[in-house]
Amino acid sequence: MARNKEAMVLLLDVGPSMHGVLQEVKNICSTLVHKKLVHNRSDEVGIVLFGTKETCNELAKELGGYKHVMVAHDIKVVDEGTARALQNLPLGTVPGDFLDAVVVGLDMLIRKFGNTKGKQRLCLITSAQHPLRDPPEGTKEDQVDTIADQMKRHDIKMNCIVFREQGVHNAVMEENDRLLYQFRDKSVAKVVQVDSPTSLLGALKTRNVLPVTVFRGDLEVSSNFKIKVWVYKKTSEEKFPTLKKYSDKAPPSDKFASHEVKVDYEYKSVIEPDKVVPPDQRIKGYLYGPQVVPISSAEWEAVKFKPEKGVKLLGFTDRSSILRHHFMKDVCSFISEPGNTKVTLAVSAIARAMQQMNKVAIVRCVWRQGQGNVAFGVLTPNISSVNNVPDSFYFNVLPFAEDIREFQFRSFSSLPSSSQPTEEQQEAADNLVKMLDLAPAGREVLKPNFTPNPVLERFYSYLDLKAKQPDANVPPLDRCLKRITEPDPVVIDHQTPLIQNLGKSFELKENPKKKKARTQDKLAYTGGNDQAKSTEEPSVEKDGILGVLYPQTEDVGEIGDLNPVQDFEAMLAKRSNSTWVQKAIEEMQKYTTALLENSRDGDNYQKALECFVALRKACIIEQEPQEFNQFLKNIYERLKTGDVANFFHLLSSKNISLISEEEAADSNVTEEMARRFYLKQEAASQ
Amino acid sequence: MDLDPEGIFRDDSDEDDDNTQEREANKEMVVYLVDASPKMFTPAATTTQADEKQETHFHTIVNCITQSLKTQIISRSYDEVAICFFNTKEKKNLQDLAGVYTYNVGDRDPLDRPTAKLIKDFSSIEDSFMSNIGSRYGITAGSRENTLYNAIWVAQALLRKGSVKTVSKRILIFTNEDDPFGAITGAVKTDMIRTTVQRAKDAQDLGLSIELLPLSRPDEEFNMSLFYADLIGLDGDEITEYLPSAGEKLEDMTDQLRKRMMKKRRVKTLSFAITNDVCIEVNTYALIRPTTPGTITWLDSLSNLPLKAERSFICNDTGALLQDPQKRFQLYNDKVVKFSVRELSEVKRVSSHHLRLLGFKPLDCLKDYHNLRPSTFIYPSDEHIFGSTRVFVALHSSMLRLGRFALAFYGNPTRPQLVALVAQEEVASSGSQVEPPGMHMIYLPYSDDIRYPEEVHVTSDDAPRATDEQIKKASNLLKRIDLKNFSVCQFANPALQRHYGILEALALGEDEMPDIKDETLPDEEGLARPGVVKAIEEFKASVYGENYDQEEAEAAAAKASRGEASKKRKAITDAASQKSAAYDWAELADNGKLKDLTVVELKSYLTAHDLPVSGKKEALISRILTHLGK
Repeated sequence: MARNKEAMVLLLDVGPSMHGVLQEVKNICSTLVHKKLVHNRSDEVGIVLFGTKETCNELAKELGGYKHVMVAHDIKVVDEGTARALQNLPLGTVPGDFLDAVVVGLDMLIRKFGNTKGKQRLCLITSAQHPLRDPPEGTKEDQVDTIADQMKRHDIKMNCIVFREQGVHNAVMEENDRLLYQFRDKSVAKVVQVDSPTSLLGALKTRNVLPVTVFRGDLEVSSNFKIKVWVYKKTSEEKFPTLKKYSDKAPPSDKFASHEVKVDYEYKSVIEPDKVVPPDQRIKGYLYGPQVVPISSAEWEAVKFKPEKGVKLLGFTDRSSILRHHFMKDVCSFISEPGNTKVTLAVSAIARAMQQMNKVAIVRCVWRQGQGNVAFGVLTPNISSVNNVPDSFYFNVLPFAEDIREFQFRSFSSLPSSSQPTEEQQEAADNLVKMLDLAPAGREVLKPNFTPNPVLERFYSYLDLKAKQPDANVPPLDRCLKRITEPDPVVIDHQTPLIQNLGKSFELKENPKKKKARTQDKLAYTGGNDQAKSTEEPSVEKDGILGVLYPQTEDVGEIGDLNPVQDFEAMLAKRSNSTWVQKAIEEMQKYTTALLENSRDGDNYQKALECFVALRKACIIEQEPQEFNQFLKNIYERLKTGDVANFFHLLSSKNISLISEEEAADSNVTEEMARRFYLKQEAASQ
Repeated sequence: MDLDPEGIFRDDSDEDDDNTQEREANKEMVVYLVDASPKMFTPAATTTQADEKQETHFHTIVNCITQSLKTQIISRSYDEVAICFFNTKEKKNLQDLAGVYTYNVGDRDPLDRPTAKLIKDFSSIEDSFMSNIGSRYGITAGSRENTLYNAIWVAQALLRKGSVKTVSKRILIFTNEDDPFGAITGAVKTDMIRTTVQRAKDAQDLGLSIELLPLSRPDEEFNMSLFYADLIGLDGDEITEYLPSAGEKLEDMTDQLRKRMMKKRRVKTLSFAITNDVCIEVNTYALIRPTTPGTITWLDSLSNLPLKAERSFICNDTGALLQDPQKRFQLYNDKVVKFSVRELSEVKRVSSHHLRLLGFKPLDCLKDYHNLRPSTFIYPSDEHIFGSTRVFVALHSSMLRLGRFALAFYGNPTRPQLVALVAQEEVASSGSQVEPPGMHMIYLPYSDDIRYPEEVHVTSDDAPRATDEQIKKASNLLKRIDLKNFSVCQFANPALQRHYGILEALALGEDEMPDIKDETLPDEEGLARPGVVKAIEEFKASVYGENYDQEEAEAAAAKASRGEASKKRKAITDAASQKSAAYDWAELADNGKLKDLTVVELKSYLTAHDLPVSGKKEALISRILTHLGK
């Protein structure tokens, strides 16, 4: 772990041109810090802001200049302080000078680490829209060269993320870009450009993975022509962290309790269930049909398939004979042995010839000696567009004959005419495909390379939230992350007539025969389009998210999804002591919150409204006005700016506000306060 | 519009273990009814060469069933199968009906999981068929026997076990006789047809599906409308689906039959939201999944009886036994942060639909490295929502014509993910479907999943690029080593073949281990052809220079002579043996004094004797003792 320890300085542009995306900058940097807090506890992070009104850095103090660059957080091992420093990014007032910031960041790293080895990285996020100040001597290009040389000497790398809205372009930017690319050509920086907040979230690699080769050795074309290659993973799924099981047995006083749970397996004989069979008396049995064939590891070792390590070329074939959907696994890259010019030339020549002739290579790979199987796959060319990056190959695993299931499907042309689209319908579909274009003229949105994993983003921010508030609920999905899971509403609005046309052209009907089949089962996802239905018959709405979240338990009595209000009233009526009332109210609050949080396009509003009415009424009758008032205040505070904001308009219009003194004596809210509740809050929030 | 009131689209299975899911959910029982009338034993094709051994339809079917059983025992060994012949001389069945012979081996139930012996014996059944079972025309004028009726009845009786709700039950009829009642006439004929069709209807009402795998000859096509369309209840336009393409080669027919014998198993039914108002139903199928050597079971090595694994949870702090703990935790900033399982699943719930269309992109936006897992095939279904197929077909054809793929978000509860839906046109060759029409769902990586290995070793120098001359030499090489007619599924997995070869040999009690040919090795002979060798040499000279081999050899020699690492290693071993010589190890071991030595001292012995030095002190001691032979 320590081997991969890294020190990094975040250089964040907070100048006016970045104000629109500061939230995303904050989010992405926070995720980076959160991940370090989980996976790389000893990494060090510093934060430098530029474009600020204030100036605060060592260089300015010692040498002067370097204005509007502020060190917000010194390079330190990550802790809550690092995360906190990102919480309130100030809105800068001055166009930022990124070169100044780079110098300040570089200076910080050199001061702190000097010549000690270890990974050091700068991460620059800027719009690079504004002219840089002229250096006191020489040109800007010379300055960049000097900085790059310094970086090289200290082995410091830089990531540059340039954020610009689509359509912004001028000569200054061109110059800035040229300077940034000069860093790249000096092999000290990687530069990426993004144009939407969502891709900004995906542009920074938030987890630092040490690249490890899968294989180093020869790609054998024939026995006397070999190409030395290194094979790396090109894609590899970043998994959701595996959480450990928690044990609450340790006494609360034990500060050093690990709270871990050990899982123990015991193997017992079927005949004597009390006897534990020791590990050395166990033998593996392989299934062959109903038979179990026992084979000891030693026997197996003697007879099993043992291919020789090596990568062998089988030959070349037309690209069209390899179907895209046959790619089986994550992808590898074949890189020529670093520093070996001849091999790089060989790879380059073959890759380019493959590209020109539209061919691919079929190879057979055994990565390690002693590996029990072979991988069989296809090499496709990866022609580099950057000068100092060599050409390489991508490697994809192909299926063996056993891996393919040849199911037969009815051909579309033989379908009955009731399943064939009419000309008009075909046209509607054509238009949809043409208009919902995600890659108009070279501007592709939702590129995999810049699309973050919304679940991981959400998990790490929830983890941070939970560390502070252990009982926090799962936060709703960030607006930018929603662009990944749902179509962009702007596009949808723009294309409304088209979409409506599609809806009109096709008639979809439920199969009446199937309707009664599984009444017990509930829909796990709320459809975005059952709003109409929910207003018609809200009590039989079947959105089972809540069923899943709050599974029914028979003995306690719970708020079910079918008739929440009735359940709630039943719970109140059934009470045998006062804790029941408390419990019922609590359950109802939880249920209603969940209802709102999971509401999409207002589909749960009608139901939530009923719940609110019932809850309010109950709180008046039970003389628990505080319960309701506190609940309403909290939920309003939390959700008023989110997607369900207009639900509160609905509440307001129905006069469902705080419970006033007149209604329940225990309330400390006057009638006036209750009436003005929504107005006041709205005024305050604006 | 409420599209899914009954929760058809519940997420109930985990994509990652769809194999187990499939097995549990769709166990299958099949009865193969094979026509054994003399017509099946006449040569199938009229070949001109008289000396060539002529294949019969019966042979084709035996081959098909054997192949299918072999696949089944590897990938779906939980399915049960029975083989019955009808129009036989002998009879062997529960009801003791004439002309039906239920084939079986050993103490296996007639309808049971396939065993190694069944496959082995069945594959050579033709040698002994005539003497043991015999063939005859079943339905003849003057006889009251109706062998087809009997066969269906026997099959139905075999399929009595298991509930139709959890098991799919099928009867597959193999025949080349399109008019089984052609030999009789009059009232007898109509009566027989009526009772047979009724028998089939009854079976279908019980939830058994009856399918026909007709075989035809080049000169006479199998006429479905004569009888079988009625038997299995086909409508006009469905008949064409069933017809084998006559006049094709017999191998193609084998291929077609084999494919048709396989039952399509869907993984899931998904709702696919195209827009807010248009939400259709699609089924997903796992057409490509790595086949693994199967699960292992632990056995007691003394009795060879299976062992039962019991799992227990123990608190690490107190040692107390726990029930399955419901809370999870993550260390964050050295603090314990707790989550409930429910909260975790809620974090993963980021989508409102199973499959949500986001838009379309040109096909070249899908790069070769945009891949993580095997793709999933989707095909529309009108089972719950009428009109789904029509929408799907329209989109499919638009996407094909415009060269676009659809980008969608797949709200799978285990890993919600962006997917590319690539339309696949139907590809057929010689009458059989090679690629089915539909869409392939390709799982796209997120930015967190993509790495940039090609940039790890960059320097500020420009990377060398091949010259046109070198590319030309490479092109020549590509042309020389060309795999003609390459198809992905032509290679068997050598590891798997060997695995199951060994298992089969052991299961049958054979001593000889099978020799499996590794088809994935390069064609050495082809590579040694002068043209190929020349092309390779020319290319090699153009990129590596003329004297490459010599240079390499010199470099290797230089490296070996320097060999600093090896020298160092030798020095360490020498030092260790000197140090180790200072002790009398045998005596120390006998007196049990080894444990008094330090780990470093113990390791000196191990290093000197070239043994592994890993592990705890006890491990080191026991390793020394083993080596000393104590």
